[in-house]
Amino acid sequence: MELLQSKDLPGKGSFSHGIHPPDNKSLSRDAAIEVVPTPKRVVLPLLQNIGVPSKPTVQPKQQVVAGETIGVGEAFISTNLHSPITGVVEKIGVCTLPNGRHLPAIYIKAEGEQVSGQALYEDVLGGHWPKDCHAIYYPSTISKAIHEAGIVGLGGAAFPTHVKVRPDDTKMIDTLMINGCECEPYLTNDYRVMLEAPGAIIAGALLGARAVSAREIIIGVEDNKPAAIERLKKEAEGTVIKIAVLKTKYPQGSEKQLIKAALGLEVPLGGLPSDVGVAMSNVGTMAAIARGVIREKPLTHRVITVTGRGVRNPKNLLVPIGLSMQDAIDYCGGLTKDAARIIAGGPMMGFAFSNLSMPVTKGTSGITVLTHDDVRKENETSCVRCGRCVDVCPMQLVPTKLAMASRHGNLSLAHQYNIMACFECGCCTYVCPAHIKLVQLIRMGKAMVVASRK
Amino acid sequence: MEDAAPAVHVSPSPHIGSTSNSTRRMMIDVLIALTPAVAMAIYMFRVYALIHLGLCVATCLAAEYLFVRMRGKSISLNDFSAAVTGVILALSMPATAPWYASVIASAVAIGLGKIIFGGLGMNIFNPAMVGRAFVMISFAGAMGAAAYESGAGWVDAISQATPMNALKQSGTWTPIGDMFLGFTNGSLGETSALACLLGGLYLCYRRTASWEIPAGMIATVLVIAGIVDLVGGHGGRLILHHLFGGALLFGAFFIATDPVSSPLTPRGKAIFGIGIGALVMLLRFLSGYPEGVMFAVLLMNAVTPLINRWTIPRTFGEF
Repeated sequence: MELLQSKDLPGKGSFSHGIHPPDNKSLSRDAAIEVVPTPKRVVLPLLQNIGVPSKPTVQPKQQVVAGETIGVGEAFISTNLHSPITGVVEKIGVCTLPNGRHLPAIYIKAEGEQVSGQALYEDVLGGHWPKDCHAIYYPSTISKAIHEAGIVGLGGAAFPTHVKVRPDDTKMIDTLMINGCECEPYLTNDYRVMLEAPGAIIAGALLGARAVSAREIIIGVEDNKPAAIERLKKEAEGTVIKIAVLKTKYPQGSEKQLIKAALGLEVPLGGLPSDVGVAMSNVGTMAAIARGVIREKPLTHRVITVTGRGVRNPKNLLVPIGLSMQDAIDYCGGLTKDAARIIAGGPMMGFAFSNLSMPVTKGTSGITVLTHDDVRKENETSCVRCGRCVDVCPMQLVPTKLAMASRHGNLSLAHQYNIMACFECGCCTYVCPAHIKLVQLIRMGKAMVVASRK
Repeated sequence: MEDAAPAVHVSPSPHIGSTSNSTRRMMIDVLIALTPAVAMAIYMFRVYALIHLGLCVATCLAAEYLFVRMRGKSISLNDFSAAVTGVILALSMPATAPWYASVIASAVAIGLGKIIFGGLGMNIFNPAMVGRAFVMISFAGAMGAAAYESGAGWVDAISQATPMNALKQSGTWTPIGDMFLGFTNGSLGETSALACLLGGLYLCYRRTASWEIPAGMIATVLVIAGIVDLVGGHGGRLILHHLFGGALLFGAFFIATDPVSSPLTPRGKAIFGIGIGALVMLLRFLSGYPEGVMFAVLLMNAVTPLINRWTIPRTFGEF
């Protein structure tokens, strides 16, 4: 174990540009993870990750037990799906996700005896997690178990993890970089997992590193989470894992910015972390890997934060995947009267939605409910070319030019200014004094570029 | 028992924004930063300052209202940008300028300087400088360097030559202390280096003005004046004269930093500042005018789109 302060890091402990929005994490930071009672019904969309939908393996009226496989990912970038509860398949219908996609989904009604409460908590996060994984498991065993367990990145993007840990003949991975930054305002789900289940994260990290044959394991945590750093440090005692303390700044948790801050490496434009020998995943995913490999349990539950001033009692919850947003919010006392916007994820990159019957998916890190006071309503005025968007863009782009190119459909100008490098963190819109919806326009421009390539 | 369902609406991310930031707030910042210079102008030039400030601000607001109406757009007076143009224009006028010069300069600044390009954010040139250049060339006799001096005025300051003109024409040095504090003749707002520095540093602290522009401009003037000072053996006096004299500091902090007509990127802003500094010195030493800030800014405004094109930043991960 080694604790790396920013001065000891190969990187500078930070990246250029970025913003400091108020983090509002105190709303839910000190709320211990609570287990939500088994719901009457769960809805499991067949596509919860980046990639291809899974194929259902159950029929309506079929009995399923908790943890049973109900969908298989046959394609390369696809995952298995499991039932989080014991019950009966009601139907294979359609549901809509906050990102606007209509997807086939398996509806399961709870029936019979359920694992819940403390027993469920112990099963998912608690108990003992061995630290000698490398001596017990072969890399191929680990990646197979991860594939079986249907694990995807729990940080938000939901990229299938087995694809990341799969040995790649063309690229050498030497470092497993684990993301514990949680730079989105409001969200505290990763923080609570680091605090309450550091053992699972450490075990998962050792397993993940074994699977990709990485020699270095670095967990990056922002310096506004000293308690999490302390817990991880204690738990990582006697292992090769290093903990990198990074400066708090949004978007520190973006993979390219994190690699730059912690390792001093710059992922080439259009490239992936593996191009600089890094595999990157989030702390929650590590805990899921530990459970999947050591306890042979699939990814059926996750920790989410339900927070914001639009929710009566902000909490961190351990929920079954497929729980409706309504059930999660109700468990937290419901919405307040001045709730104005409900977001899947955090306020910087999350998706707003209005239909509370939507399910929590593998990639849902939280539900943030903002009030009328929190949501910005100002009208757009003209760009005065002040360049503040340029000063904050972590990709060092010129957002105002990209937005203008997008607005006028000038794809060659957009291309000249590297529009596809934008990962839509929203810093430019956040700071724009003219309240121009820069990242929204750029998103549209990116879609136009993608469409024009087809 | 259930409350009425709250009104929830959807929108693409991000869902929060900086609350301390708006175009209007930037303009108010400029007005706040101009107060020391305005106070000094009123102290030095009394009723002359009040007349020009009143005329310029009123005409700019009226012109903005009129021209925006003519374009059929919604009225934009509440962003304060026209008021800022008015104050800056007034502070760049000589106390002795005739009233119609201020009125015409203001109407031209807003009309030809700004609205004709499409309003706030679209103009290529600094509107206040467009207006000033227009009257300076149209009424050369009433606006030229010699016109600053008037024995018939009600204020002592305007009986002297401006420090820049005194040195250029007769080789007379003005005490540096007077130039720093502002007890000299000159355009209304430019005389006090101290007032410009106070306001300018506030603007840079608020990040309403980009520090790269004044830094580039002042550094270039120091270097060029320093070389001339060394060669001429002035013992440092010439450097301070060029730094505190004329509109250099007023221009560096309040005119060149107009975001609309200056480049977007930090590197571009530095190049822009250096360019203005070099042109100011070129005009001061080699042209018929004793001062060159106005023309230097206008010339560099014209180059801004080119600078923007040269200084596209290297995207993260681009090698």
